Amino acid sequence: MSERAAPVTHHEAQDSESTDVDADSSPDAELETDATPVTTGAESVVRALENAGVEYAFGVQGGAIMPVYDVLYGSEITHVTMAHEQGAAHAADAYGVVAGEPGVCLATSGPGATNLVTGIADADMDSDPMLALTGQVPTEFVGNDAFQETDTTGVTKPVTKDNTFSTDADAVGDDVGEAFALASTGRPGPTLVDLPKDVTNGETDREPGEPRTPDTYEVQEAADPEIVRAAARRIEEAKKPVMLVGGGVIKGDATEEVREFAIEHEIPVVTTMPGLGAFPEDHELSMEMAGMHGTGYANMAITHCDTLIGVGTRFDDRLTGGIETFAPEAEVIHVDIDPAEISKNIHAEYPLVGDAATVVSQLAEEVDSSPQATKWRAQCQQWKSDYSMAYEAPEDEPVKPQFVVEAIDEATSDRAIVTTGVGQHQMWACQYWTFTEPRTWVSSHGLGAMGYGLPAAIGARLAADDDQEVICFDGDGSFLMTIQELAVAVRENMDITVAVLNNEYIGMVRQWQDAFFEGRHAASEYGWCPEFDKLAEAFGARGFRIDDYDDVAETIEAALAYDGPSVIDVHIDPREDVYPMVPSGGDNGQFALTEDQL
Amino acid sequence: MTGELEGPAPEERPTPEGKRNSQGIRVDPEVEAEREPRRTVISALVEHEPGVLSDVSGLFSRRQFNIESLTVGPTEDEERARMTIVVEEPDPGIEQVEKQLRKLVPVISVRELPSDAMRRELALIKVNATRPDQVAAVADMYDAKSVDASPETATVEITGSRQKIDAAIESFGQFGIREISRTGPTALARGTEDTAASAQTAEQTSRHQPTQTQTTSDDD
Repeated sequence: MSERAAPVTHHEAQDSESTDVDADSSPDAELETDATPVTTGAESVVRALENAGVEYAFGVQGGAIMPVYDVLYGSEITHVTMAHEQGAAHAADAYGVVAGEPGVCLATSGPGATNLVTGIADADMDSDPMLALTGQVPTEFVGNDAFQETDTTGVTKPVTKDNTFSTDADAVGDDVGEAFALASTGRPGPTLVDLPKDVTNGETDREPGEPRTPDTYEVQEAADPEIVRAAARRIEEAKKPVMLVGGGVIKGDATEEVREFAIEHEIPVVTTMPGLGAFPEDHELSMEMAGMHGTGYANMAITHCDTLIGVGTRFDDRLTGGIETFAPEAEVIHVDIDPAEISKNIHAEYPLVGDAATVVSQLAEEVDSSPQATKWRAQCQQWKSDYSMAYEAPEDEPVKPQFVVEAIDEATSDRAIVTTGVGQHQMWACQYWTFTEPRTWVSSHGLGAMGYGLPAAIGARLAADDDQEVICFDGDGSFLMTIQELAVAVRENMDITVAVLNNEYIGMVRQWQDAFFEGRHAASEYGWCPEFDKLAEAFGARGFRIDDYDDVAETIEAALAYDGPSVIDVHIDPREDVYPMVPSGGDNGQFALTEDQL
Repeated sequence: MTGELEGPAPEERPTPEGKRNSQGIRVDPEVEAEREPRRTVISALVEHEPGVLSDVSGLFSRRQFNIESLTVGPTEDEERARMTIVVEEPDPGIEQVEKQLRKLVPVISVRELPSDAMRRELALIKVNATRPDQVAAVADMYDAKSVDASPETATVEITGSRQKIDAAIESFGQFGIREISRTGPTALARGTEDTAASAQTAEQTSRHQPTQTQTTSDDD
């Protein structure tokens, strides 16, 4: 974010007795909140957030949450007012992914809370640390179908790690602290505290303590040494080992341990989609991403390995394809902090429950000799050349999306952060961006929520360092789902670059219709799309458009150079499909390189 | 469609011989065997707070675990409640049930009870009272207590194993059953053994006896 127009915090605005968020920031207006004792539930809520070190919160105002907002107004926490609660949840989620600590979002009761649900479900599927605070009608009205009443804890129960209905002004601060701690302890996930208005308005002088998980909440850090030893022997004897690196490696800050281990023992590395960035894709041992749209070589390696060391992965169906044919000859060593993930989908011969960094260090300590896998590594390299991800880009044809992804990758630093919506553009970003650093890939993996990209870029921007570029690859369909958040990016002058890979289709659906529905493009063909460059200008952002290869380099340069939000409407080849592809439930080793191989 | 990738086609690639079954376990494809479901009792110690029952029942419904009965009640510690859950699942499923339950924050500990655990169910059976002496005789046979009588109805209370209650219901059937209410079993481990061991111990226990078949024993 640029120095000259950081988001204006509410305590600054308060002094000018104005709600004009463009008011000049005045460092003198800093309030000393530390010493002020709390007097209400809402003050206790905000104090708990401050105790947890929360710097940013994303949300939308509304009746039942007003008492909390009133206190936030005087707090040091910077609140970013989003256009829609879904945007608030996605922004908080992305903030959590990049920062490694829970992102916080707020919404009022009823529609505010239900609008958060998509973002909460996304965080739940991807194990992203996030805290949602929702207003609720006063306790005495709960159950009466009051105005804007929804059973928020009921609605969000299946998509949260834990949620709480607060009943007591004395306890509400600790409820919030506990939810914050739970969100990032063990396997991360979203938590929610529902805050009835009488509780937040209620009197209390109870200072919330430091955020802590309940005493009964246990997390196993180190794996059973006996199984570690057995797994180490297995690795030493492996002829065809593969490491499968998942998002848990990034969340568990185990990137270094995993890289060292793989490199030391020369084990080829495959990543899942959330695992992108955990291992440098420009390294010889990297086989890149496996699964439905993974590389051919990653899928060959995983199909033919005899020892699969899965770290921080939940063996999702988009990764495994059909269970029957997934790594069918591999003994599986599975490292995960969540015991319930072990043998949930794929049976693990060596179940290693614990923190990824700790357990990989345990393994590193135990493994005495590297596997004898020279032949296997040569085979892996052969597959890399057999199934290379090369594509043609004839100059007289429409621009290839792959070319745009690579051009932006080249024009940005290694630490640039990529967010995406969901669909073809997301897969091209996975396939053609070379990820080398953890916490630089921010996407909706498990839930597959279109519209994730732009609000995620906003959240990621606030968590990123100033020298990290934030790029959002979006599709025309995804972008239209949350485009209103552009107003937020402009208002807060956030330096983000959106590249809309525009094919005027819900492209992934169109691709499936061509492959599996005889080319009947039911509800996938727009036929007309707004001009995103002009729309961007109307929002106050900078708009660009690319139609030809000649425009690509200089347009990207101009968009990146603009210190604020910019949108590049890239008119790509509308017929381009995403390959390789393993059809749903298919055999990874039988991935199709073209539609007629499906 | 355009810009097609190159490389050996699927049929030109080597394929491994191994296979997994639908539970993700490597199997010999010649003699593929899936594990059969079995019925077992899982005991969970939980925080005695609102919402915990819906946490647990919601978990069972969204993960499609096959649940037969669930009972819940307070314990010696007023902040804790005990749930006794009868499930019918193949082995990997039972392990998943335990692990997923343990993940719920208000759940303190979970354990699959050994087959010799004490299990009791209570049933209230209301029958037509046209032949009261015979009702009393059948009740005696099953150690049932008469709890209500009206000119037209007699209600008995019976506790015991599921089989005993099933048998009793069949016997009372001759009088014409008007209504039945059953609790589903509640259970405790025998002797000094803790019914809900700590998470760690339970993990080890389940690892050492994953395939033990559970037979319902009548303790009477």
